[in-house]
Amino acid sequence: MRVTVHLPGLLRADADGAAHVPVEVEDGTALGGVLDALTVRYPGLDRRIRDERGQLRRYVNVFVDEDECRGAGGLSAPVHDGADVRVLPSVAGG
Amino acid sequence: MTYLLVIGTRKGLFTARSEDRRGWEVSGPHRLDAADYASMSAVYAVGINPHSGRVLAGAESSHFGPSVWYSDDRGRTWHEPEAAPIAFPEDTGASLTRAWQFAFGDDPDTVYAGVEPHALFRSSDGGLRFELVRALWDHPHRANWFPGAGGGAVHTILPGILGAGERTPGAVTVAMSTGGVYQTRDDGASWAPANRGISAVFLPDEEPEYGQCVHKVTAAPNGVLYAQNHHGVYRSADPAKEGWTSVETGLPTDFGFAVVAHPHRPETALNFPVVSQEVHLPPDDRLGVYRTEDGGVSWRPFTRGLPEDPYFGIVLRDGACTDGADVPGFYFGTRTGDVYAATDDDGRWHRVAEHLPDVLCVRATEV
Repeated sequence: MRVTVHLPGLLRADADGAAHVPVEVEDGTALGGVLDALTVRYPGLDRRIRDERGQLRRYVNVFVDEDECRGAGGLSAPVHDGADVRVLPSVAGG
Repeated sequence: MTYLLVIGTRKGLFTARSEDRRGWEVSGPHRLDAADYASMSAVYAVGINPHSGRVLAGAESSHFGPSVWYSDDRGRTWHEPEAAPIAFPEDTGASLTRAWQFAFGDDPDTVYAGVEPHALFRSSDGGLRFELVRALWDHPHRANWFPGAGGGAVHTILPGILGAGERTPGAVTVAMSTGGVYQTRDDGASWAPANRGISAVFLPDEEPEYGQCVHKVTAAPNGVLYAQNHHGVYRSADPAKEGWTSVETGLPTDFGFAVVAHPHRPETALNFPVVSQEVHLPPDDRLGVYRTEDGGVSWRPFTRGLPEDPYFGIVLRDGACTDGADVPGFYFGTRTGDVYAATDDDGRWHRVAEHLPDVLCVRATEV
């Protein structure tokens, strides 16, 4: 199946400038698998989103369509063909 | 001669250059990454490799996590290794919060990093990639080390130093909050606490074997160590055998974060007093530095050139340093964004910068 990962401006430099990255994965792949596929393509990108344990960084939110993944199984959240995966910085900084 | 001062702040990295250490040209915040989010990050650790001149900066983005950047042109341009320079091995179940400290070995490629959570990493390629020093991570005491208000980290690394005497190959002294001072004599294969005499006012046993909240340790040129503790200032010629001796008489308070040894005079050091663990303000609301020239037997104010108006910014544990020059310069930055420099042949402080973000660390060198 094919999903599209949308990246915030601050992370696009780690994806050769891409704002929207189409990702091909096996049917039934969960969100974590989509991020794994993204990592293969852009090795420097993943550590902005996940720490070395593979956990989502506290102030990075990842939405599958309209649902923030933490409320839908986290990295095990289901992803369907044609889904939009949005990576967004959460409320932090300062 | 040109002098370079690298300033890590809560919001980015700045540098200052000077020919005479009186007048300074400040630039920054420097661009660490192409997207600039790292340029807005907190820079908790800066290190200048004395062999190669490479500058390392450990920064943490609140959104996108920590990393280490390096500059081989003295801070003008910055690069980040593609793979995470510091990462905990999977079996530890830990993840890096941030780098707190860089220190350099006797060869150009050996770099140590002290990090949060409490751990020591070592690089053998000049700081591009670090590996966990396992024996300290696996130390049975680690379960009882806990974070202070600033977090729990190894924040002091003194390669080759155990106490007074010649530098010892394979020796490293580290300090952590909390946990205290630990030393290895076998290149990191085993570690022993060296805290006898240092108090822990927050524990039922006020002089435990370990668990103290040592804020910073600095080494005099003869290896004698000075420690600023969470209440208490100490000196030791041999922490493992002799323990530590209180040397706070003459200071306005026993609390503080930073202490800096003179690079050539073993009996001389600077201290930056702070009022108590509850207050965290300068004594008498005045920016003050104290200097000992007799190994801590007495301390005198060293304030010429500093503001005389009320002042509320303190100096954090890595907010002070020396450039180590023949005529040494001393530097400090405050949480209210002011940076000062003084040289031994001048005896007064000169303002390097003002109105920066909170200064977290400074490091200086002759270029």
